[in-house]
Amino acid sequence: MKTVKRTIGIAILALVTVAFMSCKDGNKEHDNSDGHHEDANAAMNREMSHEEGKDINHEMAMNENQDTKAEAILNDYFNLKDALVNDDNSKAKELGNTLTNSLKAFDTSKYADEEKSELKDIIEDATEHAEHISESDLKHQREHFKVLSKDITDMVAITGTKSKLYVQFCPMYDGGTSWLSMKEEVRNPYYGSQMLKCGKVQREIN
Amino acid sequence: MKILKIIAWTALISFAVIQFFPVHYNTSETIPETDFMLINKVPATVKNLLQVSCYDCHSNKTEYPWYNKIQPIAWYLEDHIKHGKGELNFNEWGSYSDRRKKSKLRSIIKQIENGEMPLDSYTLLHGDAVLSLKQEKDIITYLTRLKDSLN
Repeated sequence: MKTVKRTIGIAILALVTVAFMSCKDGNKEHDNSDGHHEDANAAMNREMSHEEGKDINHEMAMNENQDTKAEAILNDYFNLKDALVNDDNSKAKELGNTLTNSLKAFDTSKYADEEKSELKDIIEDATEHAEHISESDLKHQREHFKVLSKDITDMVAITGTKSKLYVQFCPMYDGGTSWLSMKEEVRNPYYGSQMLKCGKVQREIN
Repeated sequence: MKILKIIAWTALISFAVIQFFPVHYNTSETIPETDFMLINKVPATVKNLLQVSCYDCHSNKTEYPWYNKIQPIAWYLEDHIKHGKGELNFNEWGSYSDRRKKSKLRSIIKQIENGEMPLDSYTLLHGDAVLSLKQEKDIITYLTRLKDSLN
């Protein structure tokens, strides 16, 4: 009797293990090409809200002749910059995510062909850096922020912006590195509290 | 004691069962036109280093070790390679925009400089993938030149 019980016990445990493993395997099927989990529903919802977003943007763009999506990206970029100035790793991660989303929502359709392809490249590259920022330590976040800053600066050169911006430059970080700021006074996102005021205004936009 | 025995049996049986789960192998035989080596004139030494130390996880063809036949190692490697290719796939180099190429080159150079790549978990069992200081320098010099040639 004991042996029977034991055998049954083993069989059940083995089944549970297999079931668990196959569940895990089953989930994998839903991975999209980026390796992110996402079920079909969520993907559809996102698609739909994206479509809606597009329409709104079109209306806005026609009304004000301004790209609100680009302004949203800039806004997220500045928040991210402030988190790096404050040496706040977890806040920067969060904002990396926010920026990833606003970059993905960007719409190139109203731009001329040449600008369109340039913008597509910029957004694609920037998205990758924003994604990395959402999952790395402070040192890596700053490395990615350097290239991200170049992408965003190039983006603004095409989209324009209603705000006045300052291109600031720190000669010490990685052979000389620039970034964008809304304020004239320098607050260094690459060194944070270590060298808060290192850098100078290189150029003004608007 | 009885419980231990049950646990041991369960482990053994599940280990046996998971061996039958299929794995997606990363073994494409065709090298696409977009491959890094076809797009760029890569010096033979650097070419060889990249093949041995990088291509297993960053291209469509992995030279699998014998232990890849064993689960759950196969799953672990599958996941790993998928992630690696997502970050950088040398086979698709030509499809990246110049901006992205520069970004990728920057990251490759940084990670080799900092000793983050190749991964320790990889070189542990792939002694030949370890880069000596001289080899690191050769790769970095070449990649830096390539990066500066792009605008």
